[in-house]
Amino acid sequence: MKLAAILIGGILVNNFVLARFLGLCPFFGVSRQVETALGMSMAVVFVMTLASFITWLVQNLVLVPLHLEYLQTAAFILVIAALVQFVETVLRKTAPNLYTALGIYLPLITTNCAVLGVALLSVQQRYGLVEAVLNGMAGGVGWSLAILLFAGIRERLALSDIPPAMRGWPIAFISASLMAIAFFGFQGLFKEFFLR
Amino acid sequence: MLRDFWNGILRENPVFGLVLGLCPTLAVTTAMENGLWMGLAVIFVLTCSNALISLLAPVIPSRVRIPCFIVVIATFVTLVDMTMHAFIPAMYQILGIFIPLIVVNCIILGRAEAFASRKPFLNSVADGLGMGVGFTGALMLIGGIRELLGTGAITMFGHRILALGEGYPPALSFILPPGAFLTMGLILGAFNALGNYRASRARSRRHAFRGGQAGRSRDS
Repeated sequence: MKLAAILIGGILVNNFVLARFLGLCPFFGVSRQVETALGMSMAVVFVMTLASFITWLVQNLVLVPLHLEYLQTAAFILVIAALVQFVETVLRKTAPNLYTALGIYLPLITTNCAVLGVALLSVQQRYGLVEAVLNGMAGGVGWSLAILLFAGIRERLALSDIPPAMRGWPIAFISASLMAIAFFGFQGLFKEFFLR
Repeated sequence: MLRDFWNGILRENPVFGLVLGLCPTLAVTTAMENGLWMGLAVIFVLTCSNALISLLAPVIPSRVRIPCFIVVIATFVTLVDMTMHAFIPAMYQILGIFIPLIVVNCIILGRAEAFASRKPFLNSVADGLGMGVGFTGALMLIGGIRELLGTGAITMFGHRILALGEGYPPALSFILPPGAFLTMGLILGAFNALGNYRASRARSRRHAFRGGQAGRSRDS
């Protein structure tokens, strides 16, 4: 039950973009077309799941036994940067097709705060390994859901007649605001299902 | 050097001009005071990392420069994190994971890469201070608007500095996530409108000037 709560909570109720404000720069930066948004979201789900796994190991097998918890921020960001580099190299050697699809998005992920954010949140919640990995995956899927819906909206916005002052960034933020209101509806659903 | 300082506050304001560092900008601005503390933390990290990186840049091989920058930034973020935890625990609780997340704030790595690694020491410090102050101002503006509309009053350090009065029913949604996106969108829209108005006025003034000259030449 707890695992289901983490999964649904991460995807819908505490959506990374619309409720927790994590990973906003790529959310606004690469959402102009559905196709690029799809590439970015696959890369994010992949890296967030893997990063949650590795950072959990670093936290519980290295930092805690050595009483180095204060190095958490520095250690996590270095691990994530190295992981992204490693994934990029491995993909280029073993899966060139996947690499050409995801390649340009991978370097951007190092500075995606959703990746570091999910690792820090899992530590804060004292999750076990399975829960942490699931939390990372749910976060990634939730982020992807939001950016794909948003890219669909922005493709239509590009064709609409918008007042000159609101073109570009302002209308994008206001669309995101309306999406956040829509996602608020899931808050009630969660209570119905899990807190009974 | 003064120009480097003002650049970050006005022309290239990191939030309203470059639209960077969005996560903390929207996440912690439920109140003006939160925005101020987040901004102070960023000023410290940005100024120190800019200073150190501009000194270290000549000795860092360019292929490993990004990881080196990240280590420098992470060091200062850890300092801020521990200091805030020790001295202002209540605010530390409110800002939560957004303190350690300063590490991945694109403004800081962006300034390290675009400015500090190429410019002299003092210019880099001025740039860091200016960008930090511009960021803080933007956060306080957004936080102020959200707090005022969402709770009906702005409270700083326990003092109520501005209130809308009894007749205003607080619109809670401005404190909640949708209000953050909405406020940001409306502020950016207002800046765009101001920019368009100025541009059109400058254009019409130029036309008027030329028209006046033409008229005078015809008179003579």
